[in-house]
Amino acid sequence: MLDTNLTHVNSEEEFSKILNENENVMICCGRMGPMCVPVYGIMEELENEYTNVKFADMAFDSPHAHLIRNLPECRAFQGLPFTVYFKDGKVVKATSSIQSMDQIIEILDAEFTKVEA
Amino acid sequence: MRNYNFDVIIIGGGAAGLTAAIYLSRARVNTIVLNEGTAGGQMVLTHEIANYPGVENISGYKLAGTMKKQAVSFGTEIRSNIRVTGMKLDGEIKTVEVNDKEIYSANAVIIATGGKSRTLNVPGEEEFKGLGVSYCATCDGDFFRDKKVIVVGGGNSALEEAVSLTKYASEVTIVHQFDHFQAFEHAVKEAEENPKISFIMESRIAEFVGDEKLRKVRIENQSTKEITEKDVDGVFILIGYVPNTAKLRDLIDLNSAGEIITDANMRTNIEGVFAAGDSIQKRFRQITTAVSDGTIAALNAAEYIHYFKTQLQAV
Repeated sequence: MLDTNLTHVNSEEEFSKILNENENVMICCGRMGPMCVPVYGIMEELENEYTNVKFADMAFDSPHAHLIRNLPECRAFQGLPFTVYFKDGKVVKATSSIQSMDQIIEILDAEFTKVEA
Repeated sequence: MRNYNFDVIIIGGGAAGLTAAIYLSRARVNTIVLNEGTAGGQMVLTHEIANYPGVENISGYKLAGTMKKQAVSFGTEIRSNIRVTGMKLDGEIKTVEVNDKEIYSANAVIIATGGKSRTLNVPGEEEFKGLGVSYCATCDGDFFRDKKVIVVGGGNSALEEAVSLTKYASEVTIVHQFDHFQAFEHAVKEAEENPKISFIMESRIAEFVGDEKLRKVRIENQSTKEITEKDVDGVFILIGYVPNTAKLRDLIDLNSAGEIITDANMRTNIEGVFAAGDSIQKRFRQITTAVSDGTIAALNAAEYIHYFKTQLQAV
């Protein structure tokens, strides 16, 4: 399990449950390394702002990580973390390696309609 | 614009900034940390810290989390992942504009903006990030089992990581801009003795080329300017760090490397503006030295604020 304050996806069942129960989902699949930790930090910051998005992480070395690693959208990926954005259970965007706050916000705003507080 | 007033603004939330925040808020100085990245800075990027006195072994992420918790428990406000969009550092009231919509003002500012990995800034680098271009061999090395990789750089990190990558890759080529290495002799020797490692000296990567992932690089010889192409699966860029001071260029004195010039009390050339940590001009960049800088900056900032308030009361 990753040492973050995000919701952890710990099994295939939890993965399905999160996708079934949430229209918009962002899952960051990584380790506790230099390229991954900043992305978790950004997700924790954005969690309160993007209430329409479910933010979660998944340990890259866990048995169920194949659900992310083997996605066709991640086929060419060679850098941690693999970050995947789902809408209605379908992949709408995926990125490899570290991303900045601005890059993540750009994707969230493009793919998911933000609910104004 | 929304306005907020504090005694001290700390720009940067790494080891130096958080230490300064702990000292200031514990002394009941109203303090905010404005941090463009994740709280903890470069510290959170370290897997294992075994030389921080008093702590046998801890991850950078955990140590940063504890420092942040300490600062908050004493009353510091922390805003992370913001963008500093403007600064006015001269005069009695200093202001920092955030995200183009908020203005923070204070009588003193501590700049602890740290550093970041240097990039090559050549065509294709950003496009193939995570698709063959990497800045962390420990993170991404195992994606390159039995593949050909290049390591760019000539310092200790580059040479040590090149050796480490031979555990996975079939072939490792070190590309370095000079005809000699800056790394320690033992690191150079270990790389030279490794049969999987070869060297292309006095050269630089001019372009990354590929389709859905990186396929090859164009390498320019620095002396002859001749360009050659090399098929490759991955390139690890390990060329050191640069201080995060680009936004300060016209505001305070920097040296030619872009580092902030301070005196022994962490004072910059502007009254009421202090600096600490990896962004200042110094030789050793460690968590312990950042903590020391942060402490000195905080104590001097507290004294400055006290002097300022006493003066106001006297008027």
